[in-house]
Amino acid sequence: MRARLAQHLAALRDACRRLAVAPLNTLLSLLVIGVALTLPTAGWLAVDNLRELAGDTPGVQQISVFLAIEAGKREVGDIESRLEEARAGNWHFVPREEALKRLQASEGMAEIVASLPKNPLPDAFVVTPADTQPESLERLATTFAAWPKVAHVQLDSAWVKRFDALLRLGRLVVMLLAALFAGALVTITFNTIRLQILAQAAEIEVTKLIGATDAYIQRPLHYFGMLQGALGGLCAAALVSAGLHLLTPLVGELARLYGGHFVLHSLSVNDIVVLAAIGGSLGWLGAKISVLIHLRRFA
Amino acid sequence: MISANAVTKRYPEGREALRNVSFEITAGELVFLTGHSGAGKSTLFKLLAAIERPTSGSIVINGQNLAALRRNALPYLRRKLGLIFQDRKLLFDRNVLDNVLLPLAIVGHPAKDALRRAQAALAKVGLPDRQQAFPITLSGGEQQRLAIARAVVNRPAIILADEPTANLDTASANDIFDIFHSFQRVGVTVLIVTHDAFRVHDLRPRILRLDQGEMTEQNENQSPQGAAQ
Repeated sequence: MRARLAQHLAALRDACRRLAVAPLNTLLSLLVIGVALTLPTAGWLAVDNLRELAGDTPGVQQISVFLAIEAGKREVGDIESRLEEARAGNWHFVPREEALKRLQASEGMAEIVASLPKNPLPDAFVVTPADTQPESLERLATTFAAWPKVAHVQLDSAWVKRFDALLRLGRLVVMLLAALFAGALVTITFNTIRLQILAQAAEIEVTKLIGATDAYIQRPLHYFGMLQGALGGLCAAALVSAGLHLLTPLVGELARLYGGHFVLHSLSVNDIVVLAAIGGSLGWLGAKISVLIHLRRFA
Repeated sequence: MISANAVTKRYPEGREALRNVSFEITAGELVFLTGHSGAGKSTLFKLLAAIERPTSGSIVINGQNLAALRRNALPYLRRKLGLIFQDRKLLFDRNVLDNVLLPLAIVGHPAKDALRRAQAALAKVGLPDRQQAFPITLSGGEQQRLAIARAVVNRPAIILADEPTANLDTASANDIFDIFHSFQRVGVTVLIVTHDAFRVHDLRPRILRLDQGEMTEQNENQSPQGAAQ
């Protein structure tokens, strides 16, 4: 067991040595892998930020439940109980007086509201459902509409559907990009390992002649591919983070101009670990295929 | 220890390098395999080292029939053999010590003990002070000694050497033969493929002679000078 572990450590050291011995080649390979992983990562982050932005925007993925004008405190209490029972998500009650005040505060509305003989607005509940799938939202809206003293239920289902379709399309494009660039990463590693095998042909031949198993010869090459892929993943994380660093103030400024507040969320430590792991796995796969094909001639 | 029974090796183009070759070598023997160029010596060396397989016949080493050996068992057989090649097959991008450490690394030998064993092997072949040198800076004789040190560092029971004194002057060749003799004296079986057995003076090895792919003589502990004539 200890001998096996020692051999793995030696193979890892050998892979690190191979990376360090040609720093320019290593740097260029890492940059190519980094750029290949940057595009799908940036796309995934963009879709995620868009989803978050939409989630924070009032009216989107929310259901407004307007009660009848004549509804009293008892009916409001009844709706509250029903919302709790239905476990529909988060909700808050907007009394008709507060709704009028908000309308009054809107630009250009103060005079119009002042001219009204009485408050025309009803009491309302604003529900933010836990499940934001368009079908679930529509089902909830239908349920709310059937409750007593509910005059109107507002859900911009068309908008939600359109937005959801857009997000799904975005995710699909990102996945296609990811598959394409994953193929590129495997190909890059395949070729790097092919060159490594060509350069180390004499060493491989000698080690086989003096008793090296296939695993002994393949191990450093597998580690090499894995390390190169993982470092490429970290390189992609650095590129994406640098891009976000440049974009964040501009997006924040844009959000302020629209009277909102939005901060682009960056890659978390978990995301970076996952990115390095994906890069490492793809690198290992490329190395494995290359080794299987190119070491045959030493059999 | 080593037994060949009716071994024939025919290459795809039809050339028959060995024909019906049989012999036995017992533990602790020093054996010279001689013959003119093209006699089939190197082919027999490759068969014994399991680099190639015979077309027919069997070769048994340490009780293992090489023809029946599975491909993934070959490395474990080669670890028990000390192989020395005509072109030495040294790694020129590694220093002397790293070349000798390689077989120990392959078997996963603990680093501290491996270093001690590699240094002992280098001392045995007379290269204790060249550990950090690179093979390219060594003379032909020193490179051959390095190849021997690498072959014996795993303490094999059998040493197979293919033309170990090729391109060496008489003094260096004699030194190399003396090293092999020293291993034989401690019980190692040594088979040396050579066309210049006449260079050995005070050894009395057993001589196997090949001529055009056939075993023509198997002399017991003769003077090599006599066998070469």
